[in-house]
Amino acid sequence: MSEIITYREAIRAAIQEAMKSDERVFLMGEDVGRYGGSYAVSMGLLEQFGSERIIDTPLSESGFTGAGIGAAINGMRPIVEIMTVNFSFLALDQIINNAATMLYMSGGQFNVPVVIRMATGGGNQLGSQHSHSLEGWYAHITGLKILTPATVQDAYDMLGLALKDPDPVLIFEHALLYNNKGELDKQAVPIPIGKASVRRMGKDITIITYGISLFKSLEAAEILSKEGIEAEVIDLRSLRPMDDETIINSVRKTHRILIVDEGWKSGGISAEIMARINELAFYELDAPMQRVCSVEVPFPYAHHLEQAVLPQVEKIVAAGHKLMEEL
Amino acid sequence: MQIDIKQARSYYRQMLLIRRFEEKCMELYGYELIRGFLHLYIGEEAIAVGVMDAADAADAVITTYRDHGQALARGIEPKAIMAELFGKLEGCSRGRGGSMHLFDAKTRFYGGIAIVAGGLPIALGMALADKMMKRDRVTICFFGEGAVAEGEFHESLNLAVLWKLPVLFVCENNLYAMGTALECSESEQNIAKKASAYNISATQVDGMDVFAVAKSAKDAIAQIKKNNSPVFIECLTYRFRAHSMFDAELYRDKAEVENWKQKDPLIVLKKKLEATASGSQLGEDELEKEIALVIEEAVEFAKNGTLESVADLEKFVYSPKVQQ
Repeated sequence: MSEIITYREAIRAAIQEAMKSDERVFLMGEDVGRYGGSYAVSMGLLEQFGSERIIDTPLSESGFTGAGIGAAINGMRPIVEIMTVNFSFLALDQIINNAATMLYMSGGQFNVPVVIRMATGGGNQLGSQHSHSLEGWYAHITGLKILTPATVQDAYDMLGLALKDPDPVLIFEHALLYNNKGELDKQAVPIPIGKASVRRMGKDITIITYGISLFKSLEAAEILSKEGIEAEVIDLRSLRPMDDETIINSVRKTHRILIVDEGWKSGGISAEIMARINELAFYELDAPMQRVCSVEVPFPYAHHLEQAVLPQVEKIVAAGHKLMEEL
Repeated sequence: MQIDIKQARSYYRQMLLIRRFEEKCMELYGYELIRGFLHLYIGEEAIAVGVMDAADAADAVITTYRDHGQALARGIEPKAIMAELFGKLEGCSRGRGGSMHLFDAKTRFYGGIAIVAGGLPIALGMALADKMMKRDRVTICFFGEGAVAEGEFHESLNLAVLWKLPVLFVCENNLYAMGTALECSESEQNIAKKASAYNISATQVDGMDVFAVAKSAKDAIAQIKKNNSPVFIECLTYRFRAHSMFDAELYRDKAEVENWKQKDPLIVLKKKLEATASGSQLGEDELEKEIALVIEEAVEFAKNGTLESVADLEKFVYSPKVQQ
């Protein structure tokens, strides 16, 4: 049975269910308790579960993220909430030097089943220190799993999957998605971590994207369709591990590739996707691959400037046209 | 002072084991059988031995890149440590970790964290887990005085006290963060005093005296369990050898090193025994012989160990697939 709820409510419901069914699960982060979460995801959870399991932390990202890692190796299933990806850099030592390496450097003795959630992305006029999309950058780190739920169903499913995973999982929630409404079927079998989803079938071009850019891509696909160009839209869902198979199957079908990512181009996940297609299916391509990414500036505050930085539907449509111009 | 000769002998044996083990490591480094960084604990043995004497098997230990001493004192087999240094599959971290990353699930030894102060937040989490699950355990967290300059030190002390976590913080103050002397890096050089600002019970102890360290650690653990709050011990010590094998020791005076060698924890223990006329019961010669054998066996074990197949290089980046 499905219901229509917001992305925020879906994450909250997933946390609630995990906490009800597993005493090892707890949530900690800045303002997750009394305040209700900076994006109101954990609103009401303190009242429901108490301050021992909904833990307000001081502004100590490295301290509490490391504590999440320590609790995980000592039998718990912590969910660490970091307000935004920019703040997570204060905890990079713990995430990259400890969480991502512990299993390997201990020769398989200590796995780290921690879940770290954070908001990502621009569009709220929050300027240069609260708006970046750096999930692709985290996807560089071996030992981590990087999830980017776009839909309400995935927002719900991915938290549960992450908590069942024996290794560190980072979940990036785009800040503009929290109010999005969508369908949630709690009984549906979740799509596993590492599997992409074809959200729209098409035969002419393939748009590869994830997170909030999925919706811009789907909108662009509708416009292109009216012009006779049928775009297939792939939602990666997971940036690490990445589902090469779904990507390559689509390359073999459309032979024209467009990647849409709110991250920057240079050294970004879009570059990685292109490299994989080059390695695995170069001769399938009928045209040079295209990218629509954020302009390479730190994010500006002014609305018109910020919008000019971000991938937009019209830019995606234009890139689709360009792809089709090639013979 | 009444000294239990059995206890004294046990301490002496453990400290001597660390000393001779590491001397052997240095020799093997010269033969290029051990590579990478090798940070020796020589001079600081009383701390690991004294603190581990206070720890239960159920307690957890987390330490730094200078971890051979704690690993041996915790009871990880010398041969498993030596095999690790040789990069062999039989090593306590399968040859994946090396000198700086000794791990051992059996003795609840959680590394070997080689980023200064990086282990402190993990110790918090381990203690938090124990507290939440109502397990009567303590997490023992070793770090050097260099960690005091890191933000993670301050975040961790604050959180440990705020959340009343069962952590024993053991600061091994050997006066030098690599080549930077304490007076060049800290506004307040009394680390225990600095820690006290976080409202934690903090004391200084003579880190060259194994009896003093053990007593201090035992008292601290009792206090942690009684008051449900962390305790901080600053052990005053000195590293007799270079920071690592790449250190020419240009930053400290040879006379200073010689002066500290007079306080060698092995000598300190012997003098204490002599003062009680039990010195002869130590049986040093026997211990030397026995330890020489242990080390010889460890080296043989490591030499004969297996090199992990390169085919398994990517094993343990992620957990093996498990039934869910």
